[in-house]
Amino acid sequence: MDPATILDQNHELSLKEFPYIVRWRDDRCTRCGRCTAVCPVNAIEAAPHVHRKVFSEGGSPTPKATREIVHVVRQVTDIERYCTGCGACTLVCPNEAIEPEFNSRNKFLTYKNVGGVPFRRGGRRNDPTPSTVDQLKFTRISMLTDPALDAGRHEFRIRTLLGRNLPPEALPLKRRGDRLVVGKTAVRPASSAIGANQSEPGFIPPVREIYPIRIGSMSIGALSPHMWEGLAMGVAYLNEVEGMPVVMCTGEGGMPPRLLKSRFAKYFILQIASGYFGWDEIIHAIPEMTEDPAAIEIKYGQGAKPGDGGLLMAYKVLKLIAQIRGVPEFVDLASPPTHQTKYSIEEAVAKMIQSMSMAWGFRVPVYPKISGTKTAMAVLNNLARNPYAGALCIDGEDGGTGAAYNVSMDKMGHPIASNIRDCYLDLVAQGKQNELPLIAAGGMGKTGNLAANAAAMIMLGASAVDMGKHIMQAAAWCFGDEYNRCNLCNTGRCPRGITTQDPKLYRRLDPDVVAERVVDVFKSADVELRKIFAPLGRSTELPIGMSDALGVADESIAERLKISYVC
Amino acid sequence: MCRLSAITSSEYFSPMENVLALNTMKEGHDGSGLGLVLRDLGGDFASLKQYPILSGICSNDGLELLDGFMSGEGFREVHFWQPDIDPAAPLPELGRRDHYFAKAYEYPQGMKNRPLAEKEELLLETRLALRELGEDEESIFVFSFYPDTVTLKEVGDPLELGQFFRLDNGSLEAKIILAQGRQNTNYDIYLYACHPFFLQGYCTMTNGENTAFVPIMEFLTGRGFPGYMGYNSDSEVFAHILHYTQRQLGYPLTYYKDVMTPLAEQEIDARKDAAALRLIRRSLRPLCIDGPNCVIGFTPDGTVFMLQDAKKLRPGIVGGVPGKYALMSEECGVDEAIPNRDKTEDFSPMKYDMAIIKPGATELVQWSQLTP
Repeated sequence: MDPATILDQNHELSLKEFPYIVRWRDDRCTRCGRCTAVCPVNAIEAAPHVHRKVFSEGGSPTPKATREIVHVVRQVTDIERYCTGCGACTLVCPNEAIEPEFNSRNKFLTYKNVGGVPFRRGGRRNDPTPSTVDQLKFTRISMLTDPALDAGRHEFRIRTLLGRNLPPEALPLKRRGDRLVVGKTAVRPASSAIGANQSEPGFIPPVREIYPIRIGSMSIGALSPHMWEGLAMGVAYLNEVEGMPVVMCTGEGGMPPRLLKSRFAKYFILQIASGYFGWDEIIHAIPEMTEDPAAIEIKYGQGAKPGDGGLLMAYKVLKLIAQIRGVPEFVDLASPPTHQTKYSIEEAVAKMIQSMSMAWGFRVPVYPKISGTKTAMAVLNNLARNPYAGALCIDGEDGGTGAAYNVSMDKMGHPIASNIRDCYLDLVAQGKQNELPLIAAGGMGKTGNLAANAAAMIMLGASAVDMGKHIMQAAAWCFGDEYNRCNLCNTGRCPRGITTQDPKLYRRLDPDVVAERVVDVFKSADVELRKIFAPLGRSTELPIGMSDALGVADESIAERLKISYVC
Repeated sequence: MCRLSAITSSEYFSPMENVLALNTMKEGHDGSGLGLVLRDLGGDFASLKQYPILSGICSNDGLELLDGFMSGEGFREVHFWQPDIDPAAPLPELGRRDHYFAKAYEYPQGMKNRPLAEKEELLLETRLALRELGEDEESIFVFSFYPDTVTLKEVGDPLELGQFFRLDNGSLEAKIILAQGRQNTNYDIYLYACHPFFLQGYCTMTNGENTAFVPIMEFLTGRGFPGYMGYNSDSEVFAHILHYTQRQLGYPLTYYKDVMTPLAEQEIDARKDAAALRLIRRSLRPLCIDGPNCVIGFTPDGTVFMLQDAKKLRPGIVGGVPGKYALMSEECGVDEAIPNRDKTEDFSPMKYDMAIIKPGATELVQWSQLTP
């Protein structure tokens, strides 16, 4: 008889506690071992089972028992090696003998916080219900009184402006005959309603005409070299071949020096965040840069983990990354939650915007990115009064990240829809809605409806939207979803090769294929945007703030966003 | 659909000419109303050019309220015009109102010699105050309060209304008259929703829906100018964009077209004023329209114009002879107003065009946004 210590299984979990239960079929499995080899978390393993067989031969029962050892694929019940549901095992199985199945009644979070370390992961908020943005419909369809446009035949200008637009009253125009020319001062003094935010006469803030869907900030380091290269190549192709001025943000940590000094630099938004990684290299490269970057993004917050800093783990800091960031190899790179050298909004925002503007001779739009928050309007109003602020990017609670505490991702942050709407209406009340572009991020394309989400945010008042997770899913087929599937970005063991610095893993990803898919995503979104704008009768300028086109089948949302309730 | 009928002439003419032209286009409108704005007045007002004229409709109670308010503000009535109503003509759809009026006033003491801008501010404030006074009870409708300008609006068939008001009796004549033949029947009929819309010498009427109405309205209301209000019709913004670009920003008239239907980036490059145009396009981005709209209007100097949106376009044609031009929705309207003209010279503005009739109806200029 076994001793009691072995029989006592009080300290083991059953599979029912786990978010994914691996369904393995003995009859189909050839024991090739691919699934156990590919599993990024070693949640399954080859194991011997002892089978006792009783059999009898002859006319009368003569039962005999034998024991035989069979090999099985077993899911372990170690919480540290939980099945993430990524499905890499299913992908590699030649016989469809294995697949993880979501267990909706799991108690994973109850057990995961072991060793005093709460659950950390990558991905986005685990909430599969449709976001507010996803519930919005376009209900103002142009009909007989106002014929719809033809999405296939008419000319559409799906473009937006990144950078501060002067109020018309402050434009330095003067009349010469029947034409206007640019002079040194405004054509007439600013009216009392506006003008308070005017900078010195003659300063025309830099403005870029860009595509209204951007690739949001994801760094080299967080992304694998192949993934980042694929995104960058896709963006360059969109600009140079397709004529679509798509821009992408580098995330914190700079970009490869050759690229920075190339003519392609203009397609990139350089991000500066609280760790200032890569900025020594960028500043030193400025004299050799042949093109200005699209913009500078100052990251103050991130929707997925508001008030939280970043950490690039030591094992990800390989030679290339160390060079780009200007740090030694294989050291943890921590970005603090806030910019440590700043302590007030005037310093954190105004001075930093001015410093960054000055670095490029005031030729590059500079704007801050904050996480969605009830206090967004306080930031907004500071920026509205700052003539050098080029935009405000707000990252809502559905934004993604490479690494954060689960509690930050699931429970912290502000939905993007009402945050943007409030800010837009605040600007409308001040008559400044065209001066300071709002950029909405966080959950764009969460359920695959990228163009619809972008259009809805634009009609709520955004000038542009950022996507991150969606482009990873669409361009590199990231496994992650809102059922806590995969979400391994933080471990450096991304089974798709997206968020890893392990060559064995990122070689799985072909950068050319990523680039092709990036192009496909944008071209498809462009067609869909036309299919949305054409029936609304809009084509020439982006329908920013065209809230009469929106409807929602939820009275409280309609009231909150000041749009129509439809049912 | 609305039908538009504008005539500009070097001589005074009767608004009945506009109404008869409208009547030829009757298949294109539902005969639900008439809006008239007359500028550079003859008839009873030929000798009253220096006095601001308050145009509107009011009930008996409203008239008492209005007179009390105006005298309280220091305005002294110098002329009270009312249409000589034909009792034999069919009544307007909603019945006869108590008073249709155009009253000329002497400015309050101390204002007579003030600069025009100050007078304009006073007139606007006064009109808005009167509107507020009578809006809830619908006892007072005031359409314009400005020198040398009369506005008349009513619900019903334009020709029948013309007969009802006896517009051909010579008491009301002008050198520029804009007429529109429909109430805003897409929604509840409301007199303040009827074109043409007039603000401080700038006036437009429009055929079509305005899909960009909400962003445009929000932009205009944010300008801090008290006259940018109302918006009972999505077409009112066209008049206010004209006022804003011309009066407030001081742009030449052709930029009205450049603001509402901005050129693409590469098209801007071909213009000599590319740098200015690019700034304008950015700063006035919310004022871009997408149509379908044909806009006819005039400016304080007596220029009359027509333009179209950039894609969908509504009917619009300009024709005439030096000294008299008609800007109409349809050619039959021009034929009615100015039959003896060279039709080969008629002009239908398209995507990039603007038809501009110089003050005094001296000539028709065909301007294109693509002109370098």
